[in-house]
Amino acid sequence: MSLKLTNRQVGDVTVVDAAGRITLGEGSSALRDVLRDMVAKGQKKILLNLSEVSYIDSSGIGELVSGFTTVTNQGGSLKLLGLTKRVKDLLQITKLYTVFDVHDDEASAVRSFA
Amino acid sequence: MNREAHDEQVEVDEYLDSTLESVDRAEELVVGAAKKAGIEEDDALSLGMAVRECSVNAVVHGNRYNLNKKVHLTVARSATQLIVRIADEGEGFELADLPDPLAEENLLRHSGRGIFIIRAFTDDFDVRRLQPHGTEVTLRKTVAAS
Repeated sequence: MSLKLTNRQVGDVTVVDAAGRITLGEGSSALRDVLRDMVAKGQKKILLNLSEVSYIDSSGIGELVSGFTTVTNQGGSLKLLGLTKRVKDLLQITKLYTVFDVHDDEASAVRSFA
Repeated sequence: MNREAHDEQVEVDEYLDSTLESVDRAEELVVGAAKKAGIEEDDALSLGMAVRECSVNAVVHGNRYNLNKKVHLTVARSATQLIVRIADEGEGFELADLPDPLAEENLLRHSGRGIFIIRAFTDDFDVRRLQPHGTEVTLRKTVAAS
């Protein structure tokens, strides 16, 4: 399974629900395209829900980082929700866990954008 | 390329096309071999991730998706280790030239984390140049003595 992405609004926060694997190829490209599209549309509060993402490789991490940088440079915020243990471990060993604002609960994640 | 020791039993020996589908195949084969060798699930999946990163390097940076070039994957079992070798037909690289992905100035780079992840998820890792061209990466994971 590659990656399925859907999005929804919770107030002025865009929640992107990701499910599957974010790996080099279709998955990482799809994530890149969705985040770029949102930035182009001026969306500045983006919550990436990774609770259904079972696997991410270094390319996927690269797209998370690029997305974070792009959104931040546009004056916005990209935050992460619901990391699985494997994804969390990977972000920790690559010292990216503290770069991102990571949440376990959607409601508090949405509130944190205020 | 093969330089397995006499006490190694080869369990996988495949020449793969330089495609992303081959990366999936390599990961799948190694995770299967790791579980068969008695490596616990989490460690087997982590080894699979290291193999994925290695295979991507071979396909993308080594062979540059050239379908005339192959990635050679072998998995061998010794009494104490699972040994994975992945070879490409590219120009080679120097480990010392790779930037440190954990350095402050590199933390937000788009790429450059593959080798670091490989080292994190294996017990031993080495790289050697092949003649006349190519690179072979060897990953080792300790298994319980059989």
